[in-house]
Amino acid sequence: MGKGSARALALALAVILACSDVAVVTAQETERIEGSAGDVLEDDPVGRLKVYVYDLPSKYNKKLLKKDPRCLNHMFAAEIFMHRFLLSSAVRTFNPEEADWFYTPVYTTCDLTPKGLPLPFKSPRMMRSAIQLIATNWPYWNRSEGADHFFVTPHDFGACFHYQEEKAIGRGILPLLQRATLVQTFGQKNHVCLKDGSITIPPYAPPQKMQTHLIPPDTPRSIFVYFRGLFYDTGNDPEGGYYARGARASVWENFKNNPLFDISTDHPPTYYEDMQRSVFCLCPLGWAPWSPRLVEAVVFGCIPVIIADDIVLPFADAIPWEEIGVFVAEDDVPQLDSILTSIPTDVVLRKQRLLANPSMKQAMLFPQPAQPGDAFHQILNGLARKLPHGSNVFLKPGERALNWTAGPPGDLKPW
Amino acid sequence: MKSLLPRSELRRSSAAAVRSSAGGAAGGDGAVADGGGAGPRAPASSTFWFLLHALCCLISLFLGFRFSRLLFFMLFSTTALYHSTSSSSSAAVLRATTTTTTTTTTTTTTTNTFTLSFAAANTPPSGPANRTALEAAAEADKAAASGNPQSHVVVGRHGIRIRPWPHPDPVEVMRAHGIMERVQEEQRRWYGVKEPRQVLAVTPTYSRAFQALHLTGLLHSLRNVPYPLTWIVVEAGGTTNATASMLARSGLTVVHIPFPDRMPTEWADRHATENRMRLHALRVIRERKMDGVVVFADDSNVHSMELFDEVQKVQWMGAVSIGILAHTGTADQLRLSEEDKQNMPLPVQGPACNSSGHLAGWHTFNSLPFSGKTATVVGEAAPVLPRGLEWAGFVLNSRMLWKEAEGKPDWVKDLDAVGENGEEIENPLTLLNDPSSVEPLGNCGKKVLLWWLRVEARADSKFPQGWVIEPPLEVVVPAKRTPWPETTPELPSELLDDKQKLEDRHLSRGNKSSQPRGTTKRKGDPQGQDN
Repeated sequence: MGKGSARALALALAVILACSDVAVVTAQETERIEGSAGDVLEDDPVGRLKVYVYDLPSKYNKKLLKKDPRCLNHMFAAEIFMHRFLLSSAVRTFNPEEADWFYTPVYTTCDLTPKGLPLPFKSPRMMRSAIQLIATNWPYWNRSEGADHFFVTPHDFGACFHYQEEKAIGRGILPLLQRATLVQTFGQKNHVCLKDGSITIPPYAPPQKMQTHLIPPDTPRSIFVYFRGLFYDTGNDPEGGYYARGARASVWENFKNNPLFDISTDHPPTYYEDMQRSVFCLCPLGWAPWSPRLVEAVVFGCIPVIIADDIVLPFADAIPWEEIGVFVAEDDVPQLDSILTSIPTDVVLRKQRLLANPSMKQAMLFPQPAQPGDAFHQILNGLARKLPHGSNVFLKPGERALNWTAGPPGDLKPW
Repeated sequence: MKSLLPRSELRRSSAAAVRSSAGGAAGGDGAVADGGGAGPRAPASSTFWFLLHALCCLISLFLGFRFSRLLFFMLFSTTALYHSTSSSSSAAVLRATTTTTTTTTTTTTTTNTFTLSFAAANTPPSGPANRTALEAAAEADKAAASGNPQSHVVVGRHGIRIRPWPHPDPVEVMRAHGIMERVQEEQRRWYGVKEPRQVLAVTPTYSRAFQALHLTGLLHSLRNVPYPLTWIVVEAGGTTNATASMLARSGLTVVHIPFPDRMPTEWADRHATENRMRLHALRVIRERKMDGVVVFADDSNVHSMELFDEVQKVQWMGAVSIGILAHTGTADQLRLSEEDKQNMPLPVQGPACNSSGHLAGWHTFNSLPFSGKTATVVGEAAPVLPRGLEWAGFVLNSRMLWKEAEGKPDWVKDLDAVGENGEEIENPLTLLNDPSSVEPLGNCGKKVLLWWLRVEARADSKFPQGWVIEPPLEVVVPAKRTPWPETTPELPSELLDDKQKLEDRHLSRGNKSSQPRGTTKRKGDPQGQDN
């Protein structure tokens, strides 16, 4: 770690010098983000790891995209953009012998309904078929049974491949992915669909669209709490109480008449602008605990109020979410107004300073082309932090860890 | 928004959901589970068993799967529920019963009071973390379950937690506003003007019916200005105690200057006198070497807060756009032709820029549609029009007025040379040698930052001082007509007779109990007989 610590020291010195300059030139104060892993948001992954990208036939990726280009705009588009980024990235290597990590570009969330929602029913078979392909054509899967491979599974419950939580829990993570590293948006502590060593990422939010809706930063923040979204999902949960574990309904029932809370299901065209005029933005769970609201709140400088018990937020080891957002237990939702108004003002101002840090905003976005410090780089940083691989990654010859016939029989059908 | 009706059922059925959601949606599962629970309570005989099974199926058929489970839960669960809710107060019933569903600890209590067959029905392994917690806790002690580090987040239906009286607490609201104000202050410090200059607001005023109304409005606007402000009030006819006390109560820094001449009653003369009063104020600024940005805040105008942010940018002399509200809202509105309506969507007076953003000319008010119908006397019920260029649309750097100031440009005339010989000053451009150097503000005049309005009470109106009539009137009689809404100034006698006839007809038609004011308003309908 000698190289790493010297680099960190140099980086810290540079940042301190830069900060002192910044204080003189512009009056905008931002605070440096220091997560549990140190000041790692600005780390450069190039040179710290090598990634080999498998060349899968286009039926796994390009053909799906061509069939339905809406996959590029929905919140699961991270898998597609990650593939594109890796193809032209400096961490890519064409020599699989020297690769630390192997990436399989399979777009499992690109099977969309006419309305645009992804159907996960074929995804396990697609993933299985892709793994079978790489296991037969390359020796690298079998030598580690996937322990040095990573997959991007941005669906609702990650590699459980179902949108309904009970069914997802019932299925569990695809057995073939037991040893691989999963890069997913879903994160909840002690949940079946989050395995140890996964990297949680933010959902995809279109950076250009958010850029075009920026308003002058001196517009005073005059809304106290802001939220736009469903409180009851009458289509899928007519009796109430299932959707969002009743938390969203509780927010509505308790605060619909409170003038400090600007909450409604109406989606106005000034949604992004209104977020920039708010102090707090609610990010409650829905059917799954994660949502693009967190990304939008961070980009627009609105303090996220996260109402999702045991949620694991993106890049949790690099970003100190406790210091940036406000966490409210679902049981405490009826006291939300007391909780928010009793936060001391200097804490609120500090959170705003941390949010104003451009590296924070950059880490939540997937810009095209990729820029230093963005979410792609944070994923690679996360992968780099897992290196070097432990001793149990490579299996002894003849040792087998995966059960290729495990799982529901429907998954075993070829895709 | 849907209304949640059977919330109690939701809570209870959520416990049921936790138990049997692993079983999927098959109705048979519920029947089996419930049948299994009911079984050991009666001696196992095959016919009884069959009958019970049939009964369960029938109930499921009629009530639906969820409600049938509910029924059985209610039948078998009375003891268990009272166990867990015995310690809760009625007000917190909502919260207490939700705890039965959201924590595995209390669900284990419910399973423990039943026979083990319930737990058996739950064991079809699905591998969820919470389910294994349930099994683990069911086997372990009840007390141990609370120390279980496993997840307490349970999948299934939860109750919707509602506070008994969800009203906003005023102390919290004030704290929230405190937070917002502090946040806005920080925003101003980060992104706003770096070195805010003092604002010098110059207001000519005189004693009349609406003086208190206008001054109060202006006072409130000025109190909201986030920059240091000095209010220079020039009062025609000398200072009055009423004005002085109002200004003293305002909490602003005020310079109250008397102006010897009285305000005339003709509009043309009033405009001229106001101009002289403003010049007088400028001379005072020059004498006292007051430093800042001079804003001409007429007492009846409406100012936006963005105006005061924008004027901080002025170098020497700037111009802003004013929206003109020329209609006085009298009963007979100005009849505008369609074409006129197209051409003047909103009259705006202010700087006009060419494509490169430099001052090219001025937008002024088009007074052609109003020709002949404007008011000449203050208090007349006719529209009042602005002059060529209103003073309110200009802002000055006060150093421009000083005798010597560094950097003072040479296209500024010396103040002493202006208005000395009794010549009339139409607009501040006469203070300059070269009017083309005025800076257009507010996005080159595209943003309207203040509104010009001239509303005065009718010339013959009487007004009480401070809303008190001193000495009190000798006779006080209830009014036959309410003063609200405002009627037209002239009521021809024919109209009066018509109204009388209307009134008689209405009186004869059915009983007329006292109608609250303002509910059914027919034009000129006499109301309020019980006043």
